[in-house]
Amino acid sequence: MSVPLVIELTILVLAGFLGFEVISKVPTMLHTPLMSGANFIHGIVIVGAILVLGHAEDAFTKTVGLAALVLATANVVGGWFVTDRMLGMFKRRPEPPRERSE
Amino acid sequence: MISDPDVFGLLYLVTIVCFVVALKFLSSPRHARKGNWVGGAGMLVAIGTTLALEGISNWALMAVGIAIGTVVGVVGARTVRMTAMPQMVAIFNGVGGGAAALVALAEWHNAVDPGGDETVSIVLSALIGSISFAGSAVAFAKLQELVSGRPIVFPAQNVVDTLVLLGAAALGVTAIAGVEEQWVLYGLIGLALLFGVMFVLPIGGADMPVVISLLNAFTGLAASATGFVLDSTVLIVSGMLVGAAGTLLTLLMAKAMNRSVANVLFGAFGQLQVAGGPERADDGRTVRATTPEDVAVQLAYARKVIIVPGYGMAVAQAQHDVRQLADLLEQRGVEVKYAIHPVAGRMPGHMNVLLAEANVPYTQLFEMDEINPEFPQADVALVIGANDVTNPAARSDPSSPIYGMPILDVDKAASVVVLKRSLRPGFAGIDNELYLDPKTTMLFGDAKESVLKLIAAVKAV
Repeated sequence: MSVPLVIELTILVLAGFLGFEVISKVPTMLHTPLMSGANFIHGIVIVGAILVLGHAEDAFTKTVGLAALVLATANVVGGWFVTDRMLGMFKRRPEPPRERSE
Repeated sequence: MISDPDVFGLLYLVTIVCFVVALKFLSSPRHARKGNWVGGAGMLVAIGTTLALEGISNWALMAVGIAIGTVVGVVGARTVRMTAMPQMVAIFNGVGGGAAALVALAEWHNAVDPGGDETVSIVLSALIGSISFAGSAVAFAKLQELVSGRPIVFPAQNVVDTLVLLGAAALGVTAIAGVEEQWVLYGLIGLALLFGVMFVLPIGGADMPVVISLLNAFTGLAASATGFVLDSTVLIVSGMLVGAAGTLLTLLMAKAMNRSVANVLFGAFGQLQVAGGPERADDGRTVRATTPEDVAVQLAYARKVIIVPGYGMAVAQAQHDVRQLADLLEQRGVEVKYAIHPVAGRMPGHMNVLLAEANVPYTQLFEMDEINPEFPQADVALVIGANDVTNPAARSDPSSPIYGMPILDVDKAASVVVLKRSLRPGFAGIDNELYLDPKTTMLFGDAKESVLKLIAAVKAV
């Protein structure tokens, strides 16, 4: 399933531009959730951890793979929950909704 | 069991689309939470697909790993206080980088064809992942105040750092040249870990927002490098998205401090400052203390009040009381706005999260560039636990270490009230000229207690 290196590099560069484009639209207000959301996304390294552990045969690889999987899972799960928790706090008006007294 | 590359390729593409959509939804607080769900769905697709790939085994270990990681992640995310968000992000940067380095280590151990492309990727993944892991650990320790937030420096630091990094690079080149001894990568990881520690140690606490952003970018790039090792486009793209996010935030943070990234990283900021504040300036100006009752009258009869919250407010857990005070003033017809400096708090956007947690509607939160033109029309600027970001020396005193940093123009308001524990200088260790300004009065004491006294006094007006 080998992909030519040049194609992978092309994908990498395009993803970089896409990332800059999308992320420059994020308002300063949401930069902390952006960062924890980015935390969550780099948890995708869990795919690598699963591949390593899933194909591991000797004790060394199993140990390393297991450690990687624990770290990556904590990254994915923690990153997602904390982002969700934060974003849930951003409200237009506190509940119950009321009008500005003027 | 999925064995067709087209099938799992397409499933991974679904993940990529979900991640991009998640980031797009973050452009407004209204849809951002939905976006996170989309991202979560994308991640589940990726995990499910990988588990279903042909040839995956070790199911018991897999279950154990996922179970432990899930418990740690959920408990951490549920219990972390919003003031501790920067530490949390530092930990997640660290574990992500650590996972990338471990994957590289395992791939090196089992490499069938040392040398060539794959080894380059293994070396990069191990190197960047390890730096991110160790650097994040130090950043965490500094933010958690396990070690001093002040820069820790030793002679010839930059030289030693460079040598360590060159050593790691030399081992990397050795590996790429085809030497397949196991110790080569162990040595590389060891040196990279050492470099990660030494590179964050000399960076002062005030610069942590830049460092966390940078480590965030590193972890993304480490994930991307892992993608090259495993020929996985989903890792390459997702890692790079994070790399872009981290880079962008690093540049924005550095810009908000009007410093170059290199200066933040290698400048050992603020180390020459002396602790202790001036009671009296050389020209005889003094700091004026005030009482809650006086401030309450000022606030209650103002037309417009701009609240400038800083990390001191968050430390005192005064956000909820500040919001109550603001509500009370609004009921009296006072216009209340919050001025948020880009580096208020300990990470990008931190203050907004802290205020959102206290139910302050986000429509009242204003960025520096939006609010600065409004200070001249404000009757009172109420500074709560903010220090360096209000220091006029940044505009006027070229000898100040923060000279040139964009600040909130608090001193342009008709009057300024500063709630502060004592005259101790702020996180950056610099004295604040603002406190000697004749229109500034200081209300000393714990931020929370002071705000509670203000609430009582405003009610009595």
